[in-house]
Parts: sequence; structure tokens; C-alpha cells
Amino acid sequence: MREACDLVVIGAGPGGLAAACRAAEAGLDVLVLDAQPEPGGQVWRGEARKGTNRLARRWLSRFAASGARFRPGARVVAAPEPGLLLVEEGASSLAVRYDRLVLATGARERFLPFPGWTLPGVLGVSGLQVLVKDGLPIRDRRVVLAGTGPLLLAAAATIHAHGGEVLLIAEQAPAARHWGFALQLWRYPDKLLQGAVLSAGLAGVRTATESWVLEARGERRLESVRMSVGGREEELACDYLGAAWGLVPNLELARLLGCEVSRGAVVVDDRMETRVPRVHAVGEVLGIGGVDQALVTGEMAGLAASEQPVPDALVSAWRRVRVFAEALARHDAPRPELSRLATPQTLLCRCEDVPLSALEGCQNLREARLYARLGMGACQGRTCGAAAEALFGWSAEDVRPPCLPARIGSLRLPPEPPPTPKRAS
Amino acid sequence: MPEPRVKAITLRINGRAFTVPAGTSVAAALALAGDFISRSDLAGRPRGPSCGMGVCFECRATVDGVPEVLTCLTPCREDLEVVTDA
Ligand SMILES: Cc1cc2nc3c(=O)[nH]c(=O)nc-3n(C[C@H](O)[C@H](O)[C@H](O)COP(=O)(O)OP(=O)(O)OC[C@H]3O[C@@H](n4cnc5c(N)ncnc54)[C@H](O)[C@@H]3O)c2cc1C
Ligand code: FES
Repeated sequence: MREACDLVVIGAGPGGLAAACRAAEAGLDVLVLDAQPEPGGQVWRGEARKGTNRLARRWLSRFAASGARFRPGARVVAAPEPGLLLVEEGASSLAVRYDRLVLATGARERFLPFPGWTLPGVLGVSGLQVLVKDGLPIRDRRVVLAGTGPLLLAAAATIHAHGGEVLLIAEQAPAARHWGFALQLWRYPDKLLQGAVLSAGLAGVRTATESWVLEARGERRLESVRMSVGGREEELACDYLGAAWGLVPNLELARLLGCEVSRGAVVVDDRMETRVPRVHAVGEVLGIGGVDQALVTGEMAGLAASEQPVPDALVSAWRRVRVFAEALARHDAPRPELSRLATPQTLLCRCEDVPLSALEGCQNLREARLYARLGMGACQGRTCGAAAEALFGWSAEDVRPPCLPARIGSLRLPPEPPPTPKRAS
Repeated sequence: MPEPRVKAITLRINGRAFTVPAGTSVAAALALAGDFISRSDLAGRPRGPSCGMGVCFECRATVDGVPEVLTCLTPCREDLEVVTDA
């Protein structure tokens, strides 16, 4: 199948939705693609059905009324030439021609390997939260969370609200850094409020700074965790462990499109345009900054893409969220101990079962791929890549198409369609 | 009007029937069917969902005869047939 549009938006999280609304409201033919079955991205998962979050409700109904078209379950897997995307939809493929593009692919968690991290029942922090939102039965299950920053509390609040028993929230940052961060929040009332609401729900849950997981144990699935809590070791029997340290932007598509990436984030100008003309980027791919950043940058990109002026208020809002984002990056930076948890037998690449010991003698990611098959499996290095960067300082080489694992059929252009009008006007 | 949240869906995992609320992902439903296992690794050790968002590929299973489906991106549907690897 084929599709054409004025503006294609990849990702229906808050960033993509805000961009799509602004551009569609200005009359552009906008097509939004997302791999998930519903719009909302990571933070507004399930809100299209539940409608419990006010901000989400406002943007999702604005989106529904905007005239933008949405294709759920649509994974962009390749960008063979400027103006063309190849998309996988279940067992079929789709070619999308576009004039402008907004990249809103968001972020994923930073996973670091530790003994036992491949046991069923061990997930990411937000990964566990996502599964609980998606119906994982958690009532009366014992949960330990190990990670960093506000997402740790957000996950704890969701699990708590669904009846799970959070035994311990282990924050890796030292107390000074943690409270320094909390004080910073005073300058950002929205976030402060969120923080207050979160912690109110969590009163009584044990929280410790300078704490992390050492090992997950169990036969067929997780049975207990060994933790380092403020310098002391402790073993806790539990059903689920959420362990991941902050977020890293999803940059595969940005690299594939040829966008400049610097210090782990896409480089944009004041109109959110990347170094590739007519390609904009918004939200977490600009560096982790949360919902506020995604909405502000999304609106800016949508306005710019439809040739409307960007109000000064949005530009200064963007500057403000960047300050928060930088504080977040300092807070969430994984401490050195976390890069030393894996033993020689611990798997680094979960797809190809590559243990740490197999990387002996490798100098960079390219050699690790060539000689040890690191990152050559199903997920194409999207989990072990960030881990290898934290452990060895190796950075991702250029990604070659397909950027995401794709069926071979979807890498070929679908046959020419019978001519159809692009848009009824 | 029926409340969409209370709608229940029955699917089969490894031949056994399970009933879940509408909106439950197949990955989440795997926890009902045993040890939350989706596949086994090259050495035969069990694996389960990890990222919950289509990144890690640990949650893949056979769904309605299609192998290697990411169950965390697949909502449960009536009469869905899920077969795990372990
Ligand atoms: C698992 C997880 C849980 C989170 N939970 C919270 C929370 O509870 N509270 C909070 O404040 N923040 C949370 N965050 C932080 C979150 O990143 C931001 O708050 C916000 O969602 C960012 O918006 P975004 O539009 O940049 O990206 P996202 O919301 O991440 O949206 C990106 C979208 O792009 C889609 N996508 C990516 N690649 C492709 C592709 N190749 N083809 C098609 N679609 C693609 C994804 O499916 C996703 O829906 C969470 C982040 C993660 C990763
Ligand atoms: S749980 Fe990671 S891809 Fe489904």
C-alpha cells in the first residue's frame, strides 16, 4: 500500500501529538504513525481508553478533532530516500511519501547488565510500570525498584495504585545530588506538584539513596534480589524487580535520515528543524526532558512546519524546560559502580547470548559486533548498545538500514498503486 | 452504554483459556499462564518481557500462528491463540 501526505509525524507521544495538532489545524494533510496500538506514547499509555489524566485527555481530544490521520501499529523500518518511508503494519507494508517530517520517536530505558537480569520477572523500571498499566496482575505482589530520578517514583506510584507492595525504592544517586535535584524542582511548579502528588501516594514506602541492585536470583523466574542499600548488602524475596537507570533517546531513525546527532541528542534550530531540511525533531530525541519539553517542542515544530510564526512564549518555555532537562541528566547519570555489576558470565547481549567475557580484546562496538555478535540479534543492539556505552564508552556507529528489525518484504517498495487523489479538496 | 473497561476477553495461552479485562496486552497476560515466560534463549533458559515498549524483543511469542510477534505491542483479542517458546 502507498500513502502520501504533506507532513508525516513518527511517534504519537505528547511531542508528536502536539506537532500534528498544530500542523493539521493550519490545514496541512498530516499522517501520524506509531508502533503502539493507541496514541499517547509512553507517558499517556492507555489514556485513549481510560481518560483519567486531564492533560492527556485535552491533547488526545484535540488530536482527534484536528483532522490529522492516525495509523496505529505502524512501525517505520527504513528511509530509503528523502521523502519516502517504509512502514511495517503487522504482516503488510506501506510506503509513505511526505513533504515534511517530524521525528518524535521518544526514548527508551537505559538498561545495565547485572547477574540475573535476564530472569523472567526482572524488567525495566518503566517497563514494569508499562506492563502494570497494560494489565499485568500486580495486587499483593512484592516489588523492588532500582533506578534513578522521577521515573522511579512514577513507576512506584502506578504499582502502588494497582495494589502492588513496593518493598524498596533504590535510588542510585547520592543523597546530596538527590536533594539538590529536589530543590531544583521548586523553580518548576508543575513538576513540584507532580512530585508532591506522587510522594503522597507513596508515604510509608521505604526509599533509599545510594542504593542499587547487585544480583537477581531464581530458578525459572525471579525469586529474590541482592541489593546494596547505602553501603550495606541486603537480600529481599520478591516477585518483580524493576531495574533501569534513566532514559536514552531513540536515535536510530534520526541517524538513518541523516540528522546530526551530538552528545546523544538530535541537533535542531529554534524551529526544531534538524540539519536535514524539512525534517524536524521534537520531544525526548532532543535530550531527555519529559512531557513539558515534548509538548513545547511539538507545538513549535507543528507551527514551523505549517509556516506559522512561533510565539516568543513558546521559545522561552523551551529554554526553561532545557534547564530542567540538564539538571535531570546530571542527576540520572549512572554512578561508576553500576558499570561494574556484570560478571564475566553475565550476558551483555540478550538476543545473541553474548557474555561479557566474549568481548575480551574488543576495542569498539564494530569489533564487538564482528567478533562476538554483540548487537546482531533481534533487537539490533538497542538494549546492549547503551549498556556497552556505559560500560566501555563505546558509542553507536552509524546505523545501516533497516534501522529496526524488519521483514524482508517491507524493504521492497509496494507496487505502484492506481492513481488516487492525494486529498479531497 | 456498556462501560468499555469492564469488558472481558478470553484468549488461550499454550492451550489453556484465560479471561482478562479488555485493554490487557498479551505480554501482561503471560503472567497468568505461569512464570511470565515468553521464549527461551539459545541455551534454553527462560526469558520474559523486559522493556514493555517494543525495544528489547524479549516478549516475542507465536500469536495466531504468526511467529516472533512482540506481545507487549499486541492487545488481547477474543479467541487469540498464544504459544510461548518455553
Ligand atoms: C517506558 C516509559 C515510561 C514512561 N513513563 C512516564 C511517566 O509515567 N511519567 C512521565 O512524566 N514520563 C514518563 N516517561 C518519560 C517520557 O519519555 C516522556 O514523559 C514523554 O512521553 C516523551 O514524549 P515523546 O513524545 O518525546 O515520546 P514518547 O512518549 O516516548 O513517544 C514516542 C512514540 O514513538 C513511537 N515510535 C518510536 N519509534 C518508532 C518507529 N520506528 N515507528 C513507529 N513508531 C515509533 C513509540 O511507539 C512511541 O509511542 C516514560 C518513558 C518511558 C520510556
Ligand atoms: S517487552 Fe521488550 S519488546 Fe516487548
